[in-house]
Amino acid sequence: MAETFACSFTATELNARSGISEVMKRLRDFDLPEERFGDVQIALAEAVNNVVEHAYSGGPTGDICIKCNLSPQELWIEISDFGPPLPYGELPEGLPADVTCSFDSLPEGGFGWFLIRELTSDLKYQRQNDSNLLSLCFAVVVS
Amino acid sequence: MSLTSTKADGAQIVTVNAERIDAAMAIQFKEDMRTETESGPDRVILDLSSVQFIDSSGLGAIVAAMKQLGRDRRLDLAGPTPMVEKVFRLTRMDTIFNLYGSLNEAVSAKKT
Repeated sequence: MAETFACSFTATELNARSGISEVMKRLRDFDLPEERFGDVQIALAEAVNNVVEHAYSGGPTGDICIKCNLSPQELWIEISDFGPPLPYGELPEGLPADVTCSFDSLPEGGFGWFLIRELTSDLKYQRQNDSNLLSLCFAVVVS
Repeated sequence: MSLTSTKADGAQIVTVNAERIDAAMAIQFKEDMRTETESGPDRVILDLSSVQFIDSSGLGAIVAAMKQLGRDRRLDLAGPTPMVEKVFRLTRMDTIFNLYGSLNEAVSAKKT
């Protein structure tokens, strides 16, 4: 049987922190393995931060909604916002940041999509009406 | 953001007294690191043992803190929790920083 729950909040950095914490608190009840729990938190945080930093930049902020659907094998997390579509209407490639460069050019960002791609087992993006739907999938074994 | 700072064996130890270094505190962290390390020993050890979670903004802020120390000083990291260690490993930032399992290990490894 699948478990579902959702939360939504206005896209600010502080709300993102408490929204992510709330989702993780709910997921605590489902006995995910500790490492997978950590993966979910990292990928979810990167996805939500992207919305806060990019989707609503240059305009009034809006809402983010996070929906979780947990089945015995998979956890799907859908993150939606009402900002403009992703550039070119598709998911960024998420290449790893180059760390072999000189000291002064060591990257201070650009890790987000790479981490999301590394930590999820499936990733989907859809533009639906006026919203962005990003779905992250994690393989889980729920005892 | 709360950072506290002490000195041991010629190194400055900066302890992060927070559970998260995330997007909401990354800028503050970078500024506080600048204040804490404005002057002092060439080696700075950042004690991360209280930090349960870091995101890419937090990681970027630690890289920025290292860069603002300059090439002649060094930022080492001590006591990363498994999740923090994983973010460093995945982004290959573990090849840029010395990561020590504990603060004691970091302090006693001062010669390397």
